[in-house]
Amino acid sequence: MPNKIAVIGDKDSVLAFKAVGVEVFDAVTAEEAQHLIKKLSQGDYAVVFIAEGLAEQIPETLQKAKLQTYPAVVPIPTTNEPTGFGLSGIKSDVEKAIGVDIIFNKEEK
Amino acid sequence: MAVMNVNPTRMEMKRLQGRLRTAVRGHKLLKDKTDEMVRRFIALAEENKRLRLETEAELCQALTAFAKARATTDARVVEEAILMPARKVTLECSKRKIMGIEVPSVKISDNAGEDLYPYSFLSVTGKLDESVRGLNDVLVKLVQLAEVEKCCNMLAEEIEKNKRRVNALENIMIPQLTETIKYIKMKLDESERSATVRLMKVKDIINS
Repeated sequence: MPNKIAVIGDKDSVLAFKAVGVEVFDAVTAEEAQHLIKKLSQGDYAVVFIAEGLAEQIPETLQKAKLQTYPAVVPIPTTNEPTGFGLSGIKSDVEKAIGVDIIFNKEEK
Repeated sequence: MAVMNVNPTRMEMKRLQGRLRTAVRGHKLLKDKTDEMVRRFIALAEENKRLRLETEAELCQALTAFAKARATTDARVVEEAILMPARKVTLECSKRKIMGIEVPSVKISDNAGEDLYPYSFLSVTGKLDESVRGLNDVLVKLVQLAEVEKCCNMLAEEIEKNKRRVNALENIMIPQLTETIKYIKMKLDESERSATVRLMKVKDIINS
């Protein structure tokens, strides 16, 4: 069973994760991130966090990663403000499964 | 709906009736399965949203603190300070099943007893402590989030697939089978009638 955590992102924003024992992988361009995800899927990583900015650029790779049990690829915010990419992922899941988004609409009313 | 290309025989009809029964039962089962999956999915999606909002806020705080620490201290000093982490995160992972789908179950092992800060307090600012503590706290939640989000993703995928199956059964398979059975029945009835008429005619010819 996989048992490690990895973070992918530009070095400046994800370096902090190193202090708590998470493995940090440096990626700036979309290709680098794509390559890293592919590599990490084969290693024993259970959870891969990826910076939102990078995740936005590689939707196909994320889609492919969704079909496997491990690793779980999760976009996380790395700047001061979340861009809302993670939430939009939940939204699209809900829309896919139910047809209409009932979870986000509910609160707007 | 088009009638299938079959021989109108009693054997064929029997076979098709069996298939129709299976299809109807399968359709009902799949529909029930979708209902249950959607129910679980909604609960998970709500949890997912709650967790995400919480962790995103906390994570941003921790990362902002880290950025400040880097800004006030020499970048190389900070890097050096955290280059050798004092603790290593290990996860306990297994697979569990929700409605027949294998989803990951991730648990972060508790190592609260170990020293959290890998550096001497002399060289870096307190902001870094704040950041590291914050990150350590948020990590547990982040792992939880990863698990829930993965479950959500996989369930959504499975629900979509299942819906497609239900639709195919409901709108194509079942009407086609009923139609074909009806067609065979009519053909058989027709030939039976013509046989009767023929017999009557023959009888008439013999009697006259």
